[in-house]
Amino acid sequence: MRIGVFICHCGSNIAGTVDCAQVAKNATAFPDVAFATDTMYACSEPGQDAIVAAVKEHHLDGVVVASCTPRMHEPTFRRTVERAGLNRYMFEMANIREHVSWIGKDKEANTNKATELVRMAVEKLRRDAPLYTKKFDSVKKVLVIGGGVAGIQAALDCADAGIQVVMVERETSIGGKMAKLDKTFPTVDCSSCILGPKMVDVAQHPNIKLLAASEVTNVSGYVGNFTVSIKRRATYVDWSKCTGCGLCTEKCPSKKTPDKFNEFMGPTTAINIPFPQAIPKKAAINPDYCRKIKDGKCGVCAKVCPTGAINYEMQDEVITEQVGAIVAASGYDLMDWTVYGEYGAGRYPDVITSLQYERLLSAAGPTGGHIQRPSDGKEPKSVVFIQCVGSRDRSIGRPYCSGFCCMYTAKQAVLTKDHIPDSQSYVFYMDIRAPGKMYDEFTRRAMEEYGTEYIRGRVSCIQPNGRGQYLVRGVDTLMGKPVEVLADLVVLAVGVEGAKGAGKLAETLHISYDHYGFFMESHCKLRPVETNTAGVFLAGACQGAKDIPSSVAQGSGAAAKVIGLLSKPQLESDPQISVVDIKRCVGCGKCVDVCPFQAITKQSIRGEVKAQVIEAVCQGCGLCVATCPQGAIQLSHFTDNQILAEVNALCQC
Amino acid sequence: MKFAYYPGCSGKGTSVEYEISTKAVCSALGIYLQELADWSCCGSTPAHATDTLLSAALSARNLSLAAEAMKQSGATKLATPCPSCLANLKTARHHMANQEFRRKVDKLLDSPCPPLGPKGEEPLPETYSILQLLVEDYGLENIAAKVTRPLKGLKIAPYYGCLLSRPAPIMQFDDPENPTSMDRLLEALGAEVVPFPLKTECCGAAMGIPRRDITARLSARLLDAATTFGADMIAVACPLCHMNLDLRQEQAAKASGVSYDMPVLYFTQLMGIALGLPDSDLALDKLSVSPAAALQKIGKEISA
Amino acid sequence: MDSINLRARDEAFIREVEKESGQNISTCYQCGNCTAGCPCGPVYDLQVNQIMRAIQLGDKKTVLEAASPWLCVSCSTCSARCPNDIDVARVMDTVRHIGRREGKTKYVINAFWDSFLQTVRFCGRSYELGIMALFMLRTGRFYTDLDLAPRMLPKKKMPYLPHLIRGKAAVSRIFKRFNDMQQYDD
Repeated sequence: MRIGVFICHCGSNIAGTVDCAQVAKNATAFPDVAFATDTMYACSEPGQDAIVAAVKEHHLDGVVVASCTPRMHEPTFRRTVERAGLNRYMFEMANIREHVSWIGKDKEANTNKATELVRMAVEKLRRDAPLYTKKFDSVKKVLVIGGGVAGIQAALDCADAGIQVVMVERETSIGGKMAKLDKTFPTVDCSSCILGPKMVDVAQHPNIKLLAASEVTNVSGYVGNFTVSIKRRATYVDWSKCTGCGLCTEKCPSKKTPDKFNEFMGPTTAINIPFPQAIPKKAAINPDYCRKIKDGKCGVCAKVCPTGAINYEMQDEVITEQVGAIVAASGYDLMDWTVYGEYGAGRYPDVITSLQYERLLSAAGPTGGHIQRPSDGKEPKSVVFIQCVGSRDRSIGRPYCSGFCCMYTAKQAVLTKDHIPDSQSYVFYMDIRAPGKMYDEFTRRAMEEYGTEYIRGRVSCIQPNGRGQYLVRGVDTLMGKPVEVLADLVVLAVGVEGAKGAGKLAETLHISYDHYGFFMESHCKLRPVETNTAGVFLAGACQGAKDIPSSVAQGSGAAAKVIGLLSKPQLESDPQISVVDIKRCVGCGKCVDVCPFQAITKQSIRGEVKAQVIEAVCQGCGLCVATCPQGAIQLSHFTDNQILAEVNALCQC
Repeated sequence: MKFAYYPGCSGKGTSVEYEISTKAVCSALGIYLQELADWSCCGSTPAHATDTLLSAALSARNLSLAAEAMKQSGATKLATPCPSCLANLKTARHHMANQEFRRKVDKLLDSPCPPLGPKGEEPLPETYSILQLLVEDYGLENIAAKVTRPLKGLKIAPYYGCLLSRPAPIMQFDDPENPTSMDRLLEALGAEVVPFPLKTECCGAAMGIPRRDITARLSARLLDAATTFGADMIAVACPLCHMNLDLRQEQAAKASGVSYDMPVLYFTQLMGIALGLPDSDLALDKLSVSPAAALQKIGKEISA
Repeated sequence: MDSINLRARDEAFIREVEKESGQNISTCYQCGNCTAGCPCGPVYDLQVNQIMRAIQLGDKKTVLEAASPWLCVSCSTCSARCPNDIDVARVMDTVRHIGRREGKTKYVINAFWDSFLQTVRFCGRSYELGIMALFMLRTGRFYTDLDLAPRMLPKKKMPYLPHLIRGKAAVSRIFKRFNDMQQYDD
């Protein structure tokens, strides 16, 4: 074998603390190395051309590049060696930047360590074999999980590109959190006026199949060929007959049903349509409060329904869909703010969340858009907004900034003044985070034009004063003095976390999620809508706190990835997968159990049970390799022999 | 039930009614309180404000006495009615888990504290408030069963003060923002508990002597709130809180310009009334603000 | 007014406060919650968050000359509500300890504490009349709480004589060893 070794300077990133020429010189002594040199930027066009030229000139069979992390440039150099006529897997990379030059200053030690890493790469390359991808068909259909604004955007973009879309929404209507908002910042335009038409587009688009009141329960398969189980929750109303006339909701006698859409700011009926612009505009029964379902007595809705759509016997149903790609857009929820005992832990009726306040502001809300405080329905004249409730608070395990609270608080303060001109709003804040376009200008307007009093400091506690008001005890750190304000209403800007059940959904989708229920993107900067599971993409606040513009942008971004993926005539499989040595396999099935991707099945081969890897499903994680008691499974490109050779190379240094 | 008992200095002076009623109530419930022989002052705020080590040593002397006494008598826990003593005794034991600190404390004592066991067991006993022991160990149902004169119709503001549940990692009792033990105890006695949002607000603590303006201002706030929320009286569990709210009530009134007539009783006195104990066990005559008018609500006559 | 000298940061002071209090001062992000909930804020010359900031800046002089740590009632509200889990009350306690060692005490309050501890030192338990007498002598504030005397004395809530315990000598030795140790440390 004839190996070429290229030691990259990465400008001064590597060469600053590693003697690259010396590493190249050392490499010439390694077995099978026919050529070694150092180069300024291996990834640059001249750098790549030099590798191609060297392969030709020195008749090389394989190439080692010692530079940065393979995460970024392994695909780059694989294409380079392919251009030079080699198989792309006849290439190895040694990371002498993140693993050497950036973490140590001792040039001699660094040079030695870089040499050792190169030696390991050479030993691995000596045992590499050419690998070839296989091509397979993909289903030209995408599953979008979540019908908030991010999911809607992703669905519409995909559908417009001619891809079939299945949209699954947990609630009985799409619209998500944005449908609950009164106005949006920084333009103060009506939320439902700009979202409504998009929701209608979803309902009417010939390429979109909308499944509301439904949840994804299982996903198997692989990129291009996922099989998805979807549970359709019983709504006790036959939606093929329901016209959304609303007669049932008028007549329903169970009028004290908690109203989730209105953030529990008022009661609703057991059969209801969550809001006037709901899509689909269909009624559904909450079985926990329906007198007919609970006690067998009532049946009023069935009597009044003009189309006979009510069906008290309806059961949940599970359907299956085949899709080629999945977009997770499951959004966010507010964290449980009742951990704050000092704010009353939910005991004070007029201390509410920002989302509850949106419902009080909304013309379609429980108060018809009149701001009335929950305890006595009075119009508040003094409204205190407290920011960072459940954000940037390590003491309750919430160290992160929820991102958009500063902006909606400014918006709510502006709207409060619009609704009640003789009111005064106070905002307790730590920092105003308004980095978006026209955002800072908007917060300035809240202060300068609307007279909102911004007070720099956190609030220590809220105490009812026994006369119908609340004493808010805060601080003005700029003046260095405590501040006390009497409030009629207190609005908490509660921090966000991944939507309830996000962790379970992540496990169903085989993607990672963090401590707060946010899904992990593949790379925080360069792969923000991809996950580490091929074919699964992210849109909106399920990945992290995001406002509407960012969610929409990410929805389109995810759609672009889906369109790019499914527009290829065929997909290529990664050949770095597990291979079973049938002679050694005893059919114990341990590999089947540990495989997180269900990529291994048991097959009967000539009457004997053997493990078989489904090539397109295997992600090359190697769990089965480590588990197999017989050593019958090897991971192509990462065989035991290759890893042992690397270890040996290191130990001999 | 048998507890080792650390009364605290104020129990022998300014909070003698707390001490008398605590002992009487426990005796009536069949709880035996074994007072530590020759106990000394825990040092209170002045000690911990002066030095952590000095404060710990003053407490450690008593904890060592308690460890020995409990070994002899078989008492299961160390109890004190005073939250300030409680905080000092608990904090000292907490810091003593650090070996270096323990060695320094030992150097201040005549004889070192009993050493940690082979597996790091702490031989010094943990201290509990009388309130905690009554609510958690004796049980509210058992107390309710012994009530002969329910406090029906009496509106009481439960005031815990700041020390009983704070700092939470050391005190390990109830909710530091909204404790409810005394609420539930008073309810078990038949009283109506008013929702008192200033349950854990500070009364001014030991600032009464050096900075009367501070205690007067803070106590006035509490008395205002109790009045606004319609309380007939305030129930307390702390001698310092009691002194600031009862004895210094006129000072608070001067500061706020409002006159108060708010009786402030130890919760043990209220328990004694509900359990039907004789007046000599209640020591109501030691209070500065007479509860006579309020107690007429439950048909209890006392000489004002 | 002097401007803040960022290069005069007293690192040793920061370390001393951090070690003795067991708290990481750099985690304070100046939200002011400690000040917002402090019952004594209105009488402080420097608010709690400003004390914390002065410690972050290593401004020992400002910290030790402030009256606030001596007015702190140790209610721990600041600690209970700190979003960064700093036991602020312990930091205030620590500032007092350091101030005391460096002879920077606030006279009236410290006089009360010293009077209190002096009675404990000689009697084994605190002795209220003794505390009052010593405090008046130290401060010359002979009118202190005279208005309360007619309420307390007839109710026998202030014993005329101290409770002298058998172990009073042992308690006294604790104080003596403590004072010796402090001098030795200095």
